[in-house]
Amino acid sequence: MTGTKARLGPLAGAALAGGLLAILCVVAVGALVMQAGGAEGAGAVLADPVVWRTVRFTLWQAFWSTVLSVGLALPVAIAVTRMADGPVRRAVLALFALPLALPQIVAVLGVVALYGQRGFVTGLAERAGFDPPSIYGLTGILIAHTFFNLPLAARIMHGALAVMPAEHERLSAQLGIGPLARFRLVEWPAMRPVAAGAAALVFMLCVTSFAVVLILGGGPRATTLEVALYQALTFDFDIVRAVVLTLLQLAVTIGAVALFAFAGGSVEAGMTIAAGSSRRFAGGRSSGALLGGGLTLVAVLYVGAPFAAILAGGMASDLTGLIAQPRIQRAMLTSLGLGLCAAVLAVGLAYALSRGAVALAARRRFSGGANITETMLTSAPSLILVVPPIVIAAGWFIALRTVTNVYDAAPYLVITINAAMAMPFAARLIHPAMLAAEERNGRLSAHLGLAGTARWRLVTWPVLRAPLVAALAFALALSLGDLGVIALFGSEQVQTMPYLIMQRMGAYRTQDAAGLALILMIMTMALMLAAEHFARRSQTTEPEGNSE
Amino acid sequence: MKGLPVTCDGLKFRYGADAPPMRFDCTFAPRTITAVMGPSGSGKSTLLSLIAGFERAASGRILIGDENITAHAPGQRPVSCVFQDNNLFAHLDVATNVALGISPDRKRSTEERSRVAAALEAVNLAGYDARMPGSMSGGERQRVAIARALVRERPVLLLDEAFGSLGPALRDTMLDLVADLQRRTAMTVIMVSHDPADARRIATDLVFLKDGTVAAQGPVGELLDGHANAEVNAYLGSQRVPS
Repeated sequence: MTGTKARLGPLAGAALAGGLLAILCVVAVGALVMQAGGAEGAGAVLADPVVWRTVRFTLWQAFWSTVLSVGLALPVAIAVTRMADGPVRRAVLALFALPLALPQIVAVLGVVALYGQRGFVTGLAERAGFDPPSIYGLTGILIAHTFFNLPLAARIMHGALAVMPAEHERLSAQLGIGPLARFRLVEWPAMRPVAAGAAALVFMLCVTSFAVVLILGGGPRATTLEVALYQALTFDFDIVRAVVLTLLQLAVTIGAVALFAFAGGSVEAGMTIAAGSSRRFAGGRSSGALLGGGLTLVAVLYVGAPFAAILAGGMASDLTGLIAQPRIQRAMLTSLGLGLCAAVLAVGLAYALSRGAVALAARRRFSGGANITETMLTSAPSLILVVPPIVIAAGWFIALRTVTNVYDAAPYLVITINAAMAMPFAARLIHPAMLAAEERNGRLSAHLGLAGTARWRLVTWPVLRAPLVAALAFALALSLGDLGVIALFGSEQVQTMPYLIMQRMGAYRTQDAAGLALILMIMTMALMLAAEHFARRSQTTEPEGNSE
Repeated sequence: MKGLPVTCDGLKFRYGADAPPMRFDCTFAPRTITAVMGPSGSGKSTLLSLIAGFERAASGRILIGDENITAHAPGQRPVSCVFQDNNLFAHLDVATNVALGISPDRKRSTEERSRVAAALEAVNLAGYDARMPGSMSGGERQRVAIARALVRERPVLLLDEAFGSLGPALRDTMLDLVADLQRRTAMTVIMVSHDPADARRIATDLVFLKDGTVAAQGPVGELLDGHANAEVNAYLGSQRVPS
C-alpha cells in the first residue's frame, strides 16, 4: 500500500509541474498563433525587408558571438586545466562563474564604461594612436556576449578536462608528448563532445539575448528579433508585427535546437555552475605553460575589467543619496520579493520534475532503459529554453490584453516566467544530486523501512540541502537580473532594479544608473558566490567527486 | 635498455600541510624484479609517483644508475609506467597507442611500424594493430600498455597494481609475461601489489612500506617466510605460509 503511494506522489508532482510549464507555453504560443491567423497584416509584415534583416542580424551576431566565445574559451580551458591546482586556479574558476549571474544591463554598463566613447580602454587605445570603432552595433554586442559566454564555455570545457583520467595526464608527461600533440591526442578528444554542447548553449543564449542588444544595438541595422518584438509591443503597439516577430523567433530557436540535436550537441550540458577540480601533478615549466598563463591572464583581465568598471562607476555616484530615495527602496524590495517568489517556484518546479524522473529511474532499475515519460521529465528543463521568456511574456501580454489590465497581472507573470526561465539551471543542480542520493541510499532506506518525514529528515534533506540552497541562490540571482519580462510588464506601480536602471539610462542619468548597477551587482554576486559554495559542497559529499 | 639500479635517498614528501609526512630510503637492484608491498595508505603508489616524477619530493634524491633525476620532468626520466586503469587512450587504436611510446607524430616510418608489431607480438597480441581499446578485455588492454613500455626501451619499468583488477588465473599469466620479458630485456622492474602470491611468483626482492616509510627490505623468500619481520607478519596474517 505505502509502496504505491510513495511512488504515485513524485509522479503526480512532476505531472503538476510539467502541466504548469506546458500551460505557460501553450497559452502564450496559442495566443500568438490565433492572433497571426486572424490578421491579414501578417503577410505585409513578412514582406517587409526590415524584418528579414532583423532575422539575419539575429543569426549573424549569435554566430560570431559563439565562434569568438567558444574559440577563445578553448585555449583558456586548456591553460586553466594545465595550471597547478591551488588558490590561483580556484580564483580564476570562481571569477569565470560570476558573469552567468550578472544582470545583462549591469554588464552592459560596465562594458560601456570600458569600451564606450569615453571609456577607459578607448582612452588607452586613442592615446596609443588607434581609432577604436564605436561600441554601438555589432562590436559592442560581440564584446558583451564574449564577456558572458567565454568564461561560461571555458568552465564547461574545463569541467570535461578535469574529469579526464589522471593517468592520461601522467602518461602524456611520461611519454614526452608536447603541448600541440597533447591537444590533438589527449585534450581535444576529451573536450569535443562538450565543446559542441557549449557552442549550442552559447548560440541559444545569444539568439535570445535581450538587454545587451537593446542598449548596444544601433537602430534597425543592428537589432535582433527579441528587441524588435519588444519595440513593436511597447512603442508602436503593432500587435500583428509583434506576433510575426515572436513566431519567427520561435522558429529560429526551434531550428537551432533541432540543428544542434542533429549535430550531437546538447544545450543543457552547459547549464551547471560547479566545475570539478582534481589534483594535478606538479608539471615542469615549459613555453606552453608560459603561453597558457599569459592567455589566462588576458582572459581574467577581460572578464574582470567590467566588474572593476562597475565598482568604480558605482563608487563615484552618490550611493547614500540613492539608497535614501523611496523609489529606489521600493524597487529593491520589489526586486527581492518577486525574485524570491520566482526562485522558490523555480526550485519547486525543478524539485518536482527531478523527483519524478528519479522515481521513474528507480522503478526501472531492474529492467531496461529510460522510457518516454522519464526522457520527457529529464529533458523538460531544456525544452523551456526553446521558448524564450520574452516569447512567453509577449504571448501572455497579447492574450491578457483582451481580458484584463495587463499591468495588474504583472507581478504574477513576472514571477512565473522568471521561475520558468531559472528552472533549467536549478534542475541541473538538483537532479544529479538527487539521482546519486537515490542510487546510494534508495535501497537501504527501503530495506530499513524509512519513509515519509523520517526518510526526508534522515536521508533526503542532509544530502539535498546543499544543492537546494545552491539552486535557490542561483535562481534568485538570475531572477533579480531579468530585464526582458519586466521591460514588457513594468509600469509606475511595478518597478524592479533592472527596470529602474534602464529608466535612468534612458533619462541620461548615468551617475544614478551606475550607482544602482553597483547595488544590483553586489546583490547578485553575493548570491552567486553562495550558490557556487553550496554547489561545491554538494559535490564533495559524493565519493565519486564530480558528476559532470 | 639494460636495467639500472634505482635509489631513493631520504625522499621526503607530504600531500598537504595536514597530511602525514612520508620518507623513503630504499634501493632497487638492477635487472631484477622488486615487489613493493604494504597496507593501503602506506605510500606504495606515492613512492612510484615520486620515481616517475608525477609528484615532487620536498627533499632527498632519486638516483637511477649514477644519474640524479630528482629534478627531471616525467618525460625525461628513464622509466615507463603501467597503471591499473586508463593506460590507453580510448579513441586511438592499439597500434597508435603503442606507437606513442616512440613519438606522438601521426606519421610512422616502416622501421617504427615493425617495432610496434614486434612489441605486440611479444605480448601475444600480434595482429591487434587496428583494434580499439573499448573492444578488448582488461587483460588485453594491459598487454597493450606493456607493449608500449617495451617500445620505449627505458631501463626501469614501474607497475602500479597493474594487474589488480584481473582474475587470479589471468593475473598469473600476466605476471609470467612480465617475468619473461624482464629476463629477455634485463629491465629493472618495480611492482606495487598487495598480494604476497604476486611477489612470491616473480619478484626477487621486496620493499615493505608502512605509514609512509620503508619498514623492511630484502629478498622475498626471507621476508615472507614468517620469521624475519614483525610488521610484515602482522600484514600477512594467515597468508604467512605460502599456499
